[in-house]
Amino acid sequence: MSSKSAIGGTGVPGWIQAMPFGLVFLFFFIIPLILVVIVSFWDYNDYEMLPSFTTRSYTENFEGCLAQLPDLCTVLKTYVSTAKFCFIVWATTLIIGFTVAYFLAFHVRTTTMQMVLFLLCTIPFWTSNVIRMISWIPLLGRNGLVNLALTRANLVDKPVEWLLYSPFSVGLAFTHLFTFFMVVPIFNSMMRIDRRLVEAAYDSGASGWQTLWNLIVPLSKPGIVIGSIFVVTIVMGDFITFDVMGGEQIASAGKVVETRLNALQFPPAAANAVILLAVTLLIIVGLNRIVDVRKEL
Amino acid sequence: MGDRSPAFYWLAAFFGAFVLFLYGPMIVIFILSFQGPTGGLTFPLNGLSVHWFERLWRGGGIVDISGAFQRSLELGAVVMILTVLLSLSAGLAFRKRFAGSNLLFFVAVASLIVPSIVTSLGIALEFRLLDDFLKNHGPSWLTGDLKTTMGTFTSGLGAHLTWTLPFGLLVMFAIFNRFDSRYEEAARDQGATSWQTLRYVILPIILPSVIGVGLFGFTLSWDEIARSSQAMGEHNTLPMELQALTTTVTTPEIYALGTATTGVSFAVIALSILSIAMVRARQARHGSDAGEA
Repeated sequence: MSSKSAIGGTGVPGWIQAMPFGLVFLFFFIIPLILVVIVSFWDYNDYEMLPSFTTRSYTENFEGCLAQLPDLCTVLKTYVSTAKFCFIVWATTLIIGFTVAYFLAFHVRTTTMQMVLFLLCTIPFWTSNVIRMISWIPLLGRNGLVNLALTRANLVDKPVEWLLYSPFSVGLAFTHLFTFFMVVPIFNSMMRIDRRLVEAAYDSGASGWQTLWNLIVPLSKPGIVIGSIFVVTIVMGDFITFDVMGGEQIASAGKVVETRLNALQFPPAAANAVILLAVTLLIIVGLNRIVDVRKEL
Repeated sequence: MGDRSPAFYWLAAFFGAFVLFLYGPMIVIFILSFQGPTGGLTFPLNGLSVHWFERLWRGGGIVDISGAFQRSLELGAVVMILTVLLSLSAGLAFRKRFAGSNLLFFVAVASLIVPSIVTSLGIALEFRLLDDFLKNHGPSWLTGDLKTTMGTFTSGLGAHLTWTLPFGLLVMFAIFNRFDSRYEEAARDQGATSWQTLRYVILPIILPSVIGVGLFGFTLSWDEIARSSQAMGEHNTLPMELQALTTTVTTPEIYALGTATTGVSFAVIALSILSIAMVRARQARHGSDAGEA
């Protein structure tokens, strides 16, 4: 017996095997995050960042916010608007995702069919998000199919303008792109539910709705929370969907960072990134209260 | 459970509508990318042609698409290889206990959840500060004609890996959770060294899933845009060019580009599925003496 190591590949110690993986995150994730926090407290002028401590980037962001109350200042308005999108997209992806997962897990009878239908839902995920966004243009544009159908049916006199480059199209695109992230974890949770419980509920005289609400929803909670974390954090930090689908008219928390970067104002960009990160983490901590995610993986 | 309930038909209809919602728009742009030379961004089709694909190929009108195409392919290939190697190695490490394993797992998951723009900004800052440091303190042979250390295969590669590696690790967890460790015990009992066990027992068994990790790594990189936005240096990747084009291009050429990009994704998937099938067939043929390979 040449090796006494427990299960697991080579006799090389674990920390050496994990080192390359860890180093990538050290250099391209941890150090960058620390730098974002440090630089957010730096000063700057029109040309460069100046390494001296100041809270200027933060205070400028919130300038006049207190004085203006109860009216919201720009930065607060942006966050409220982004949070609204988060909530709407969360609700739509959850309802659609849960229904799809429920159908796949409890109403499709053979495992093969389940896998086939599940894969059918994953294929669009392999296409670039930008392409999936622009694919709405021929449908929702002023001369698009939807408007064509509406005018032909005499439902409207002139083409509807709010279909594209509007809050509606942004929400629609988010739902289109990210419902998948809800389906996967919820489906995964549902597949772990012991089918005998469902039968026991049925035998005890529970109606379909009662079984759904009192048994399946609570037991799917881990999947629901994981999916929610994904969707909410994506919408919170997004700037591309808001840009492409919003016609560059709709502000978002992620776009604030990007705008500052395009102006090469690194300290204010970093300050906004820190605020965005803090808000995102608060949401995750809130969701994590509901269920301990680590236990469920 | 009896026959199909009415609920089944409602849910089946809902599922059908969902699939239509997923595919409908994409199918529309695939059709429109074959628009005739005089056609526009919406229906009707003015004839069928490959005019816009030809224009795309020649590079007429659109800036540096072929360059971006090539860069994205190369970067995707490098990301794919590194994702497989690093996740496999880390996956093996996580089967044992090692100091900091909890922390590493936490960091990898955090990398998925921290908004991409924040990570991208951090990497951009890191390389800017590195540039400044090198220009002021670096040796002259290095700094003589140094413009920036940022680039597709430095900062860009790192940015992509922070996105692909956590997925790679999660897939590795799934693989090893299902792995029957009696195979390696048997190999060890017969005197195989730990390297031989890895090379001739573990790897051949998990190879199909490892190909899957590679495929995942490539497509995630090929379509990545948010993390790339600040970290690529002077040359854009293909999705970044595509995003820039959404505001400037008003011809079906952009649909042709979309169709071509999706074509590459699907070709890679087909290639992976093919190689997985080949590996499986080989496993079936050599079933009894897999260790001989």
